[in-house]
Amino acid sequence: MTGARETTIQVDGADFRVWTAGSGPKVGVFAGFGGLLQWTPFLCKLAETRTVIVPSLPGFPGGGGRAHVELDSQLDWLLMAREILNGCELEGEDLIGISLGAALAADVTAVWPHKTKKLVLVSPIGICDGDTPIADPWGVTPQKLPALLCANPQALEAHQKMPEGADELEWEVSQIRANEAAARLLWPNGDIGLAKRIGRIFGETLIIWGSEDKVVPPSHRPLYKNGPCGPVTEKVLDGAGHQADFDRPNDLAAMIDDYLRIST
Amino acid sequence: MKLMWFHLMPYTELPDDFRENNPGIWVDINSELFDPTRAHHMYNDFMDELEFAATCGFDAICVNEHHANGYGLMPSPNLIASTLARRTSDAMICVMGNSLALYNPPTRVAEEMAMIDVISGGRLIAGFPVGTPMDTCYAYGQNPSMLRDRYYEAHDLVKRAWTEREVFSFNGRYNQLRYVNIWPHPVQKPHPPIWIPGGGSVETWRWCAEMDYVYCYLSYFGYKVGLSTMRGFWNEMERLEKEPNPYRAGFLQFVGVAESREEAMRLYREPAEYFYGRCLHIDPRYAQPPGYTTEATIRARVEGQIATAAKKATARGKTATEMEDIIDQGYIMIGSPDEVAEQLRHAAKEMNVGHLMLLCQFGNMNKQLAAYNTKMFAEKVMPRIKDLFDDEWEDHWWPTPMPAGDRAVPDAALDGSVAEAAE
Repeated sequence: MTGARETTIQVDGADFRVWTAGSGPKVGVFAGFGGLLQWTPFLCKLAETRTVIVPSLPGFPGGGGRAHVELDSQLDWLLMAREILNGCELEGEDLIGISLGAALAADVTAVWPHKTKKLVLVSPIGICDGDTPIADPWGVTPQKLPALLCANPQALEAHQKMPEGADELEWEVSQIRANEAAARLLWPNGDIGLAKRIGRIFGETLIIWGSEDKVVPPSHRPLYKNGPCGPVTEKVLDGAGHQADFDRPNDLAAMIDDYLRIST
Repeated sequence: MKLMWFHLMPYTELPDDFRENNPGIWVDINSELFDPTRAHHMYNDFMDELEFAATCGFDAICVNEHHANGYGLMPSPNLIASTLARRTSDAMICVMGNSLALYNPPTRVAEEMAMIDVISGGRLIAGFPVGTPMDTCYAYGQNPSMLRDRYYEAHDLVKRAWTEREVFSFNGRYNQLRYVNIWPHPVQKPHPPIWIPGGGSVETWRWCAEMDYVYCYLSYFGYKVGLSTMRGFWNEMERLEKEPNPYRAGFLQFVGVAESREEAMRLYREPAEYFYGRCLHIDPRYAQPPGYTTEATIRARVEGQIATAAKKATARGKTATEMEDIIDQGYIMIGSPDEVAEQLRHAAKEMNVGHLMLLCQFGNMNKQLAAYNTKMFAEKVMPRIKDLFDDEWEDHWWPTPMPAGDRAVPDAALDGSVAEAAE
């Protein structure tokens, strides 16, 4: 990993990796499916204008080993996410969440609305629209998951490629573990109860959808756009899938930077 | 050794092009293929077969649990087992599943199994599988990351419900009950024997050893494939300093007996090809939800047979779906009674398994052929292998029913007359 410095914070006895890069106003980032195995072009671009702080979430790479198995309820997840943000000194700062990271970012903001300045949700999930749940990320084989998550699966596959010299088995275990952590949070329909709480978000929110998102049905979009009581801006990034940070990293970072800069 | 007759209850009328035109047999199998009026006959045929097997002298008859599955029509094996408790008298009744984590509260399992044990006069073997990914995580929506913890907790609760005589409260991570006090309690003390069907997880082997339970490998791919799993099991038992009593283990084997091998090939070809061609058409999408397989098992590079079957399904041609290949690979043991007996003796010895569960009905085999296979096995194979292990080992894991003379029998003479009421 290059491009960021790595530190560790301790929460509930587990060590969590925190990557920090860039300078300028601070922004926290919660990553999407699979977490982050290495520093990405999206984060790199974002760090050109901001101090980007990326803590690992429980069970994801760098996320306290099997810390996720201690989390039985959404309240457990939220308290853990809040403690992680506090540990990174991300209190009252801008916060970006991508996919499942957006589910948590939205929910911590709903519960502690004063502790997030501006919220950016990229392809958010966490609300289930009745009979039309999100696409099942555990209903495809691991080989086909990148094509579900990305319009350009090669970018995600490159990110997931094992670095030379790494332990193959441990690499495999870490990715299965990340997938398990996602399942623990979202199984089976991706509903974390956010619908009940999203109305508590009163700060400014930017929502970005990939035009090629195959995970979140279009019918879900109004649930997020109309949910917060604060002002919501909605944008669509052409050519991007669900994980727009891999499909269109530079354009996504620019879109977010524009939004945060103008309103800051 | 113990010879047990096992039924999967497959739907027998899947279309010829099932494999080509359907993603799989499980979870999202096309419900339009299910005809309840045809299934009415299937269920009744299957129960006839189980009852027939009991009269033929098998030590036990076995049922199991699957959900949203075209080759296993028993979402509730307890329903079938309860009828068997009434309609059979001597054979043990092996319920090789309730998947404990699926039941809320799990005391429901304790109650229903206790009912079966009481109705049958103490003939129940209680199987507690974790359950396949398809059944538990996809069809029943259990979170794979919590499944095993739920399972172990449910096990503790069921066992306490069976054995504690005082009302108790249970405050688990997943189950909280202020009053646990099941009625009825099982006949068998301290509780019915507990058997654990497993796919090859190291933790399951260790847990069976710790709890002194029978480990069962329910293989669809015969003993040649099962041998490596069973060797792993016995190596672990040795490491844990457990005696190599073959009755610690069970194994499932398909068999087809006829007067000659040629006749067996002719008779069993269609049902065998139906089972391996259509019933084992498993969609790999549902085989490995994250967290279902523990990290220790992943690190040990042990793979369950459902995952194996699913992987084979993705590589066409690798699963043997034609009779000659099915036989070559040892999925099914077929032949004359001598040939089948010889193969089974060899397999049981090699795997050191004292409980053999035999699938004499498989695929779309009709009732008449299933009965023939069952009878041939009982009359001509069973006597040649029954003695295996008996002079060396004792089966500590077998039910202890009430004495036969103390057990109730169904009263066919009841006529509802005044005279009868006055007696």
